[in-house]
This record gives sequence, C-alpha cells and structure tokens, in this order.
Amino acid sequence: MLLSIRSLSKAFPGTKALDAVDFDLEAGEVHALLGENGAGKSTLIKCLTGAYRRDAGEIWLDGAQISPESTSQAQDLGIGTVYQEVNLLPNLTVAQNLTFGREPRRFGMIDGRAQTRMAEEMLRGYGLEIDVSRDLGFYSVAVQQVVAIARAVALSGKVLILDEPTASLDAAEVRMLFDVVRGLRDKGLGIVFVSHFLDQVFEICDRLTVLRNGRKITTERVAELNRLQLIEHMLGRELEDVTEHGAAKGSGDDQAQSRAEILHFEKIGRPGLVEPFDLSVREGEVIGLAGLLGSGRTESAELLFGVRSPATGSARDAEGAVAHGTPREAIRSGFGFAPEDRKTDGIIADLSVRENIILALQARRGWTRPIPRAEQNRLAQKYIDRLDIRTSDAEKAIGDLSGGNQQKVVLARWLAMNPRFLILDEPTRGIDVGAHAEILRLIRELTEAGMSVLVISSEFDELVAASDRIIVLRDRRHVRELTGSEVAADEIVRAIAGRPAEPATTMEATR
Amino acid sequence: MSVNPRLYPLLATIGIFIAAYIVCWLQFPYMLSTRVAGNLLTDNAYLGIVAVGMTLVILSGGIDLSVGSVIAFSGVFIAVVLRETGLHPLIVFAMLLSITTAFGAAMGGIIHGLAMPPFIVTLAGMFLARGASYMLTIDSVPISDPFYEALKDAYWLMPGKGRLTFIGILMLLSVAVGALIAHRTRFGASVFAIGGGEHTARLMGVRVGPVTVGIYAFSGFMAGLSGIVFSIYTGSGYPLATVGAELTAIAAVVIGGTLLTGGAGYMVGTLFGVLTMGLIQTYIVFDGSLSSWWAKIVIGVLLLLFILLQRGLLRVTALRA
Repeated sequence: MLLSIRSLSKAFPGTKALDAVDFDLEAGEVHALLGENGAGKSTLIKCLTGAYRRDAGEIWLDGAQISPESTSQAQDLGIGTVYQEVNLLPNLTVAQNLTFGREPRRFGMIDGRAQTRMAEEMLRGYGLEIDVSRDLGFYSVAVQQVVAIARAVALSGKVLILDEPTASLDAAEVRMLFDVVRGLRDKGLGIVFVSHFLDQVFEICDRLTVLRNGRKITTERVAELNRLQLIEHMLGRELEDVTEHGAAKGSGDDQAQSRAEILHFEKIGRPGLVEPFDLSVREGEVIGLAGLLGSGRTESAELLFGVRSPATGSARDAEGAVAHGTPREAIRSGFGFAPEDRKTDGIIADLSVRENIILALQARRGWTRPIPRAEQNRLAQKYIDRLDIRTSDAEKAIGDLSGGNQQKVVLARWLAMNPRFLILDEPTRGIDVGAHAEILRLIRELTEAGMSVLVISSEFDELVAASDRIIVLRDRRHVRELTGSEVAADEIVRAIAGRPAEPATTMEATR
Repeated sequence: MSVNPRLYPLLATIGIFIAAYIVCWLQFPYMLSTRVAGNLLTDNAYLGIVAVGMTLVILSGGIDLSVGSVIAFSGVFIAVVLRETGLHPLIVFAMLLSITTAFGAAMGGIIHGLAMPPFIVTLAGMFLARGASYMLTIDSVPISDPFYEALKDAYWLMPGKGRLTFIGILMLLSVAVGALIAHRTRFGASVFAIGGGEHTARLMGVRVGPVTVGIYAFSGFMAGLSGIVFSIYTGSGYPLATVGAELTAIAAVVIGGTLLTGGAGYMVGTLFGVLTMGLIQTYIVFDGSLSSWWAKIVIGVLLLLFILLQRGLLRVTALRA
C-alpha cells in the first residue's frame, strides 16, 4: 500500500468535515474520490497536502507515518496536487513555473540555460510544443493546466492528486491528459482523481471511494460497479429520473412548434467571436446550446445578453426592436444571464445571500429608490424557501455556501426580476449530483410559468433531458438545430463531429 | 527571433533613456561626456541605491514608504554618533545598517504576521524613522571625519576627465547585486511569485513569511546604505533631508518598467529609471532658464506613459491568451 489513511477526522466550527475516514491508495492505480459537494473531498485532500492540519487519525506513506504541515512539505514527501483552477503564476515564465523551488543552480545562482533545459525535459511526453521562456499567462488555460500537471508529476513522484483537472479542458485535451495519467499509473504512481464527470471516472479509474457527509461510504473496484449504484452511494437515496422531460418530448413536439414566438434574433454575430446566427425564442421553451469547449457557446450567450456587444444583427419581439447591446439594456428588455464562472462573474462572495438576491432588482430600480429592508427580507426568504437554498439564514455570506446553493441564489436573483428570457451558462458546473437534479427541475418549473430559457451545458445528457430543442455549435458557428426526436446525445455528438445522420438542415444550408 | 513580450517595458525604458540622451546631446553636445555621465551617477547614487530596495518591494506587490525617513535618520545617526563618540565610521556604518535592516525586517514581520497592508505599516515606519531622527537632533550636523573626506574624494578618473566616484560605483554595484538577487536566486523567484499571487505562491511552496521579512529587511538595508551615501554626498546629517525620497524612488521604479502591482520587472530597468530622472534634472541645469519644476512635470508625464504602456501590454497579453 502506497498511501493509507486511517480514521482521519477534521472538524470546523459547526461541522464535522471528516469523521474517521479511511482511504487506501496503491501504487499504480487511479483512485477516484467521489462525493457530493460538502462530502469532505476537498477537506481530505487539504489534509493530505498539508493545507489543513488534521484533528485525529494517521496518514501512512510508503510505510512511514507522515504529518505534512505545508504544501511544500507534502511535495517533498512525494504528494503533488493539481487543482481545477491553475495554481501557477502567470507572471513567471513557463520554465520558472516548472522549476520553481528546485531551480538548477551554479555557484548559488539560478542557471537560466539549465533551467530552460530542465523545463523542456519536464514537458517532454506531454505533446506540448511551447517556448518555455514565455510568460505562462501568454498561453491558453488548457496549456497552463498541462504545465501544472507536468510540474506536479515531476515534484511528487509518488502520489498525484488531480482535483477536477479536466473541468477546463476540451475532449481532445482530456484524452491527452488521460494518456498521460495512464502512463504515470503504469510507472507506478498512485493517482487520486477527483471529478464530477462520472464518464471520466469510469473511463480512467481502477477503484473509487465515495464520501458522504464526511464519512467514507464505500471503496469499490470501478469494473464491479454500475452508474446507478454509484449515484445511490453518493446520494444515499434513489436519484430522481431527470430524463422524464426528454421522454415526454416526442408527443409534445407539435405543441412546442405552435408556441408563440416571443423573441427573434437575426444575424447576431461578431467577427472572431461567433459567426452571425439567427435564434427564435418561443414562449416557455428550453433551448439547449451544445458544443465543445471553445465552440462559441458562451460567446453566443454573451452576445445575446450584451456582455460583448454584437457587431451585426438585431433582435425584435412582437412590439418591435429589442435593445440588448449592453447587459443594462438586455436586463431592461427582460433578459437574465447566469454566467459560467459563478465565482467571479455570478456572485459577490462577501455579500449576504439576501444582498445577492436583490442585486439585479435593486440595480433596475436605481440606487435612489432602495428596496425597503422588510421587502428585501421577504424576497430573500421567499426564494430561499422556494428554491430550497440551504443556508442557516439569509444574512450568511454567499461565499460560504456550497456551489449548488450559490447557483440557486444566482437563479433567485433573476427570478426576482421575472425575466422573459433567461440564459443559463453551465448552470450545473461544479455542482453535486443532487443539486443537479434540483436545478433541472427548477428550469422545468420556470418554463411552465411561461419563461423561456437558454441552457448551455457540456453535459449532453443533461441538455437532452432539459431541452425542447438543441442548437449545436462547432468552430464558433451554429451548425445544426435538433428538434423533436433528434434531441439525443448521440445526435449532438454526430452534429459536432460534422457527420449529420440526415441531410443538412436548413441552418446549414443557409450558412 | 522575436522579442519576448516580457522585455517590452524594459526595452521601452532603455529606449526612452537613449532617446532623451540624444535630444540632450543634440542641444548640448557636451552632455555626451564622461563628466556629465559621472556626475549623473554621483548625484543620483543615493536614489539609485534606495530604488534597488524599492524595486524588490514593488516586485513583491508591496510598497515601502519609510525609506525617505530612514535615509534622513541614517545621516543624522552617523553624524551624531561620530560627533559624540570616537568610533571609526566603518563601525558606525555597521551599527546603522543593522538598525535599518532590523527596522525593515520588523515592518515585514508586521505586514506578514498581522496581515496588514504594506502601505499602512510602512507609513507608520516613515513617521517613526522621521521622529527618531528629530530625537537625535533638530539641527543639521556636519560630519568632519578624515575617513569621510577620503570617501567623498575617492574616484576613478575616466577618459575625458569624468569622475566615477566611490558612491557612483557603489550604486552600480547595488544594482548589480540587486539584479542577481531578483533574477538569479530562489529568494528572488519567490519575490516574483508573491507579486504574482500570494495564495498561489504559497501553494507552490513559497514560505511567504520569511520571504516578506527578507524583502523589507533588504529594503531597510538599502535605505541605510543610501543614507550612508547621502551623508557622504552632503557631508552632514539633517533630520529634514530627503522628504519624499520614497515617492521619487517609486517613480524611478515604475519608469524603470516594473509593474506597480508586482510580479513583473527588471532591476536594471530601475537603474535606467533613475538615470532618466537624473537626465531631466541635468538638462534643466544645462538650459539654465527652465524652472526645476519642469523636472517634476516631465517625470509625471513619464509615469503616466508607463502606466498606460503597462495597461496596454496587459490588454495585448489578455487578447492573445
């Protein structure tokens, strides 16, 4: 056994984050660590990497008991970590980042040439052809992520913890990463893999351990477990059938077509961002936007909401032209937008749940007419109850909530505005399975009340379950629209791959 | 081979210095002489030395407002101790440098330990050091020590009769040592790392506490050294001296191409920043009819230019990524 953790416990004021957790990692295996948000995954990892000090329990590495007290100590012991957000320094060169802390020295001074050689050596085998003397920030996030992995691999040597490493990579990059991970596994590293993507867990992992509410639920071989069992372990209950909507869709297809069109966007586009596209929004429907990372999904949403102003095109509704060139105008026109990067664009972490909920409403009223406090409280409470936001009270800072609950607060903010057209960019990213289903159900409820929703998601199953129709993007172009029985994951994949199962659709023909 | 974008601000600094020198030379051909060059180094020696410390501080994303007061304190301390005791100046120098280094280290410790903004902590340091110099004396105290006279008159005669003085050499040495520390040591790499992001730096294994203490201790040491040079240059210690020198040093660092928010810059750029500012002064002296306030205006314009340049570069980099 390479790494074994015995009855590890860690408490924070008010919560027991880890309760006597056991965890074993063998050399040469990829071991998934799974659980809902708040299950204790990140606490366990932080105890391993020395970011937190454990309260009780033992950690054994290679037969010796260890107590890492800092990240650098954990690194020295052989435990390296790659986080979802690239934790490298964009202002240093790639070479400096890779060799940081172990720069080759001559006469006590860093040897720049040897440093460059060392960095190039470290990147060998990752399929990256980059100039290591450039600033890291010069390169794309995907490249930065791979550099981070190369660094952690070189540093750790024994245990590699991958904390949602694939969240910002596209499919090709994930494949490349997995090749690297397999290579490292075969070399005898023990790899801990944390991910919300269950497909990836089944693809790459040998064993998995499920945590729930700070306790270890089970450790199983991946090959001996099916997806349903896994999800039951994670949730501790039966998962609601989120595909219900998709199943009912076939019959409701004609009805969807006959719904009134409330908004029509024509030739919306911006050079270098997205090629001009048309979009017709009908009352009470869910439109899915599917595509790979970088295909122009988010960019399309940003053009619709005026985050970036469209260079071409116009929008109109039954009453005439609709202004949406800036977010302010878009909000006034009855649009709402929950952005992809919740932490930086969606929430204001230090403000309370209540303040985050009333934000957009207050902005529309103008600061000269503050919403009375009693009204604020009432609104906040209403949405906390209605969306089942798990918070001890409305005055808690939103940054302290779990990802799923933060997302619900962002939703509540827009619901309070009662928009006619709501854009949700990756509403379920980084959210645990249970909250997933809830968010999807919420979207359903909204459309039943007449709101139209545009959902962007990289999880095709989820899109299929939620959407009435799906628009597929490829290379910053809207290439296909799937309706009715075409709304299926394999159809999306085919459209992205550019091999339509049927003759080209009108969208492709008009392009 | 294309030029690495991280060099742009440095190249801009050097380019501006050369362009400015050419302008000066076209108008006053005598400006291109070793005499002027030697004086440029001598007159700005104390500023250059303190700016080296300031560069490291700013690279880490911090700021040190105490250095101007520390320079004044140093002069007063040396003058008073030399007057009151018979100690050799070298011993007094050692005492002084220990004091200013410890002073800087203490500020660094407070900044890290109490998680206080460097601005506030060093502002307090600024008042403390200024107050301490007043406690020693309220008058200008002349220094009359044979060793001092020797230091003041020590120079190497360059071709063309220009004098490369001891303090000028000391400044160039300081820049060289500063450059080695910033760019060629792990400590320096840690400084850049903290300037790039303290949280990330910690995750990459930087021991932020000791490094922060080291940064401000270094700045304190350089401020003390600068105080010694200033006392050699003026031959006295005066508690009201070098008021605002910290701001001049910050200006030199920024004109030298170092990002004021930390994480990017070159020590040698600071040398050119100092020399550019000195050149403007020299030009005004040569012209004779211009008010010395023009120096401030030109420096202000240069500062603005560099801030704009850095913004522009950030935007270009962001677009490429």
